[in-house]
Amino acid sequence: MAALGGLLVLLPVAAMAARVNWPQFIPLITSESSLTALGLSLRTSAASTALCIILGVPLALVLARATFPGQRLLRSFVLLPLVLPPVVGGIALLYTFGRQGLLGRNLELLGIQVAFSTAAVVLAQTFVALPFLVVSLEGALRTAGGRYEAVAATLGARPGTVLRRVTVPLVLPGLASGAVLSFARGLGEFGATLTFAGSLQGVTRTLPLEIYLQRETDADAAVALSLVLVAVAVTVVALSYRGPRRTGTAAGTTAARATGGGVQ
Amino acid sequence: MTFRLDAAVEARGFDVSLTVGPAETVAIMGPNGAGKSTLLAVIAGLLHPDAGGAEVDGKILFDLAGGRPSWTAPHLRGTALLAQEPLLFPHLTVLENVAFGPRSKGVPRREARKAARRWLGAVDAGELAARRPAELSGGQAQRVAVARALAADPQLLLLDEPMAALDIHAAPLLRRLLKQVLAERRAIIITHDVLDALMLADRVIVLEDGRVTEAGPTRDVLQRPRSRFVAGLAGLNLVAGTLTEHGVRTAAGQEFAGQHDSATEAGAFIPGQAGVAVFPPSAVSVFLTEAHGSPRNSFPVAVTDLEPHGDQIRVRAGDLSADITPAASADLGLAPGMTVFFVIKAGAVSVYPA
Amino acid sequence: MKSARRNPAALPAALLTAGLLATVLSACAPGAPGGTGHTSNGPGNAAASGTGSPQLSGKVTVFAAASLKSVFTRLAGEFESRNPGTEVVLSFAGSSDLVTQISQGAPADVFASADSKNMAKLQAESLVDAPINFATNTLEIAVPPGNPASITSFADLARPGIKVVVCASQVPCGAAADKIEGATDAALKPVSEESSVTDVLGKVASGEADAGLVYVTDVKNAVGKVEGIPFPEARQALNTYPIASVGTARNKELAAAFISLVTGSDGQRMLADAGFGAP
Repeated sequence: MAALGGLLVLLPVAAMAARVNWPQFIPLITSESSLTALGLSLRTSAASTALCIILGVPLALVLARATFPGQRLLRSFVLLPLVLPPVVGGIALLYTFGRQGLLGRNLELLGIQVAFSTAAVVLAQTFVALPFLVVSLEGALRTAGGRYEAVAATLGARPGTVLRRVTVPLVLPGLASGAVLSFARGLGEFGATLTFAGSLQGVTRTLPLEIYLQRETDADAAVALSLVLVAVAVTVVALSYRGPRRTGTAAGTTAARATGGGVQ
Repeated sequence: MTFRLDAAVEARGFDVSLTVGPAETVAIMGPNGAGKSTLLAVIAGLLHPDAGGAEVDGKILFDLAGGRPSWTAPHLRGTALLAQEPLLFPHLTVLENVAFGPRSKGVPRREARKAARRWLGAVDAGELAARRPAELSGGQAQRVAVARALAADPQLLLLDEPMAALDIHAAPLLRRLLKQVLAERRAIIITHDVLDALMLADRVIVLEDGRVTEAGPTRDVLQRPRSRFVAGLAGLNLVAGTLTEHGVRTAAGQEFAGQHDSATEAGAFIPGQAGVAVFPPSAVSVFLTEAHGSPRNSFPVAVTDLEPHGDQIRVRAGDLSADITPAASADLGLAPGMTVFFVIKAGAVSVYPA
Repeated sequence: MKSARRNPAALPAALLTAGLLATVLSACAPGAPGGTGHTSNGPGNAAASGTGSPQLSGKVTVFAAASLKSVFTRLAGEFESRNPGTEVVLSFAGSSDLVTQISQGAPADVFASADSKNMAKLQAESLVDAPINFATNTLEIAVPPGNPASITSFADLARPGIKVVVCASQVPCGAAADKIEGATDAALKPVSEESSVTDVLGKVASGEADAGLVYVTDVKNAVGKVEGIPFPEARQALNTYPIASVGTARNKELAAAFISLVTGSDGQRMLADAGFGAP
């Protein structure tokens, strides 16, 4: 069953790679519209990842370390974008930041227009990617536990010092893998962007939207660009797998303690 | 110049007062859930008690009695905590771990590292300085943790069962080390091991159900247990009841004849006062039939367990036990469930107020 | 199942698991209607008039451009009521998606495209019989209810500050908009170039955009959500809808009968009611 599961993922990707028009591959992916879309995707994903960190770190801290009424409810809501179809997320964002939206109306008065702007793309990506960061980081915070922090405090470390020298270094691998996953999710974001931000070359047409559009007329270009997206995503996910290695050594510590205690 | 604590945590039924003199080490003993770890958490400032106060050498740790409660944050208390697990920071080297306390107090990096090397040397772990915690054995890690706690120069060192997670080979080494470093220090050590209490502590305080039930010099407490818990630690049988002229009468009405222990009480006792009869298992003989003769205690018991104890067999019958030779055990044909008679000479039973 | 067998090149057949997977994948493929369309060859000749014949029976699968959804749904109902015993299975999607599906072996009997270009692709592969043009469509300006930006003409769309949403050039509605723009030299600066009419309508209906360029029939379908403003320049880009029977159709008579209904007077009247122009 495991092999079948692997095949279900691998086979379509392999089938797609087999359909790539290799002699034309480089011209296809280096066309002006393709490069613009790739550049826009990388820029917006980087921006949304930064936004995820700014918003997600405090959220994860509150979820992992504080106890307050409604905490479970808050966690459920944070996870909502994971299970929501992205189109629904786009509609929700539209009614929030759109011209007629809850906040959009007031932003409009301030002269800020979100819809059809690159900012809208970043918002849509942040919306769908935030849970990835919060979940990874909250997990890391829980694993690190409060005990190291308590020890640090009894050794005379101020709360700020504890955060800087103990908490942050301990959860850094979790934060890094969360950020990488957020980046990957932002890169692949399609539905919410299409619904909320629109599609204009260089402004809102990210790589997935470009692929969707190219498919209308030029299947070869769509396939070639899809492969580029797969390559970028695989690279990013491979990077994130260097994160959990640190957690692995923590587990190794316990194992060493259990087995190597007699070696003095 | 002492440490003084008086604290209550209502939710845990915890209400404890104690003092620790300078350079004194106090062992805290008690059954699981008695409030031992709560005590350390309250002292370290990790748990907020509902009432009471604490000070060390004139510095207020907390004072909840007055109209204006005061509270000193954990990092300003000078109460380093050494737990069962070493909890070395996994991302720092051994040297950086030990230098953590001095660095946190603002000592320049070079000096902090110098101090850290000195402390690592003191715990015989100088060669581990460059390693990561993941590369240490359990015993090594706990030694480094001791160095880290000492390097913080605590006014009061708190040790929460520091030997509990170590295997039997690593524990004696750490115990010897702690004996050295605690000699000149004020410390509170939680332990389940009589050996720790005898070797490391000047005094022992017994906690049961969040209250201090016994306190005193370690040897005295162990020799004259007043509770079944301490008697168990000391390997003694203890029967509680009320004092009579010749001994103790249990709640069930059974009489235990014994010697009134008058060494410290100057022979003064009030009949009817709560008291205990204490005797070692080696003073108990086992018979198949009731034995009489002056002045003896003889009563029927049901054997619950037989187990080797040194070169003897320990016969357990409920809370009481008897040590007999394997040959005697074989002669009697002892087996769990049998009813036998425990016989103790009155002269071997110590009786004193509880 | 049939589609998987008819399309052996899609996946390597060497691996049993891969074969299994292929079956699963093609069964899940969108646009492949559930039924295998069992072929019951009705005896006798199919009526070419489309007015119904008691001999007609069986199932006919019609792949039609998304813009035909409401009118073809009504036409299918009409066809079934005139020919008891028949069943019309409809599948709607973008014309180019449908072309892809048909050339990958999807079991279509009739294909109705929103433009000649997509039909031409299937003609080039000899997958369809000779197509017949059955309708035309023109662009119209769609505005949110109440027309907040007071758009009255095509030239208004080029006014500064007006947020216009159009289809991307790659899709037929976008190509039509480009054509008109070129013929009128009004320089539009769209805030978004969507990949489907639905996305354009969505942006206009929600008030995000002040105006959008879509087909007359799309405005008609979105009645209440958007208002339509016809403009004379739209004639510059007349979009023609061809229909054809698919070469591999299992029930040629039924396919021909359905096409007859669409191109016949009743079909034409229903298309006109939906806003389509005559071919």
